[in-house]
Amino acid sequence: MNKSLFKISPGFEDIMPAEYRELVEHGPYEKGFGVSDLGTFKELIEEHPLCAGCGLALSLRMILASLPKPEDTIIVGSTGCSSIAFPQVALHNIHSLFGNQNALASGLKRALKLRFPDKIKDVVVIAGDGATADIGLDMVMQSWFRRENITTIMLDNEAYANTGGQESGMSPQGTILNMAPTGKKFPKISLPEIAREAGCAYAAAVSPAHPKRLEKAVRRAILLAREIGPTYIQVFSPCPTNYKFKPHETIARIKQREKDGTFSIKEYISPEAQEWLAQIEEVKK
Amino acid sequence: MSVTEYRVLAGPEGYLPPAAASMGVALPEEGEALVEGKIVPEKEAMRKIAEKLLTAKNPVFFPGPLLLWAWKEGVAEKAKAVKDLAEAAGAKIIPMPDYRPKYPMINPAIEINPNHPNLTIWHNKIDACVFIGVHCHYANVALKIIRGGTDCYTIALCGEMGHEDAMISLRDVDLPKIKKVTEMVKEMKKEGLK
Repeated sequence: MNKSLFKISPGFEDIMPAEYRELVEHGPYEKGFGVSDLGTFKELIEEHPLCAGCGLALSLRMILASLPKPEDTIIVGSTGCSSIAFPQVALHNIHSLFGNQNALASGLKRALKLRFPDKIKDVVVIAGDGATADIGLDMVMQSWFRRENITTIMLDNEAYANTGGQESGMSPQGTILNMAPTGKKFPKISLPEIAREAGCAYAAAVSPAHPKRLEKAVRRAILLAREIGPTYIQVFSPCPTNYKFKPHETIARIKQREKDGTFSIKEYISPEAQEWLAQIEEVKK
Repeated sequence: MSVTEYRVLAGPEGYLPPAAASMGVALPEEGEALVEGKIVPEKEAMRKIAEKLLTAKNPVFFPGPLLLWAWKEGVAEKAKAVKDLAEAAGAKIIPMPDYRPKYPMINPAIEINPNHPNLTIWHNKIDACVFIGVHCHYANVALKIIRGGTDCYTIALCGEMGHEDAMISLRDVDLPKIKKVTEMVKEMKKEGLK
């Protein structure tokens, strides 16, 4: 989308709701903003109905602020907590059937390549751990095997959080939730490693406790998906509602998990992607 | 099969009103229009629109994204013409800037959303409304919801083939047609209709 298309018809400025006027005047389109600019521009997420202290909402806010080209980004989501927030996001976003997000994104990216061969259109999947690692794992893996040029971002809150609290494949072993009273019997799925082995050019695990690191991962993943192949980011987004901690403790919770070794930042870059990134760095110098 | 002719009238018709097309209401040909499910000459429908706008207590225009955003040449001119028409008819304008299902965050006092247009109509006590610049599929959804749950009289000024689910629908609406309706509104006002 060209920003010049994003203007209100003359005479209708006064009747447009304020958030649309602000997006036109102070939005991030074609500005190259990042997470350090949060608070200085009109963000792509206006309000959201997610719980207080939701790690997923914080992660989503940072991911949206990190997009390299928001005006040409299409997000594909799936059922879960994030799907409740997406109607408030001022970007093209598509809600897919539960688990079908990577199949939809693959087709969308292929169609966009044909329709706009000379333009960059970033297709980014943003879905929860249930949609990515459980219900949609088949579609996720197939998009990686087939080397689709899309980025997959998992918002990992380690549970099915908006259906009362069931364990997901991403819940750590032993986790007790409202609807998993006897504790989870098998370990958390190692999806970054699976992504690496399945053909992703880039795979990372990050969290909103380190915003610049998260931003770097998002930008690398999207740029490499354009040039090399599929990329994957797992964003640890703790859930105060189901894991029963206070809303203001979300970041502390991530740091505690880092300390006790049950969460760590990871980054895997394929040799081809590494070479491409090195060339970019060289050009920058 | 029912032999009764289906009329597209102001509701509330019920939670799930049928699509007018499924009840036998066909779209008009060029030069024609739909009034309450019947095909009539376009000029007759224009007069009816002017009459409905002038006799309504609270007529409101709902411009959609195709009109609110100056995304191609000619839109700004059309937008100005619609604003002139609304002013001539003494109607308010409430925008439909996009189609995101923003429920329950929508502020019905200042915007309308196609997924729950009844909220805006109830909140503002709107008794006649005009859809213009709304993509066909969302206009169809919204028009059906309005007919199902409210007593609002719906008018669709469509740039394509028209809408069976509106009580009055013009097709191929371009700048000259909008200006023509504006002229009719002004003439009827002069004749004393208000």
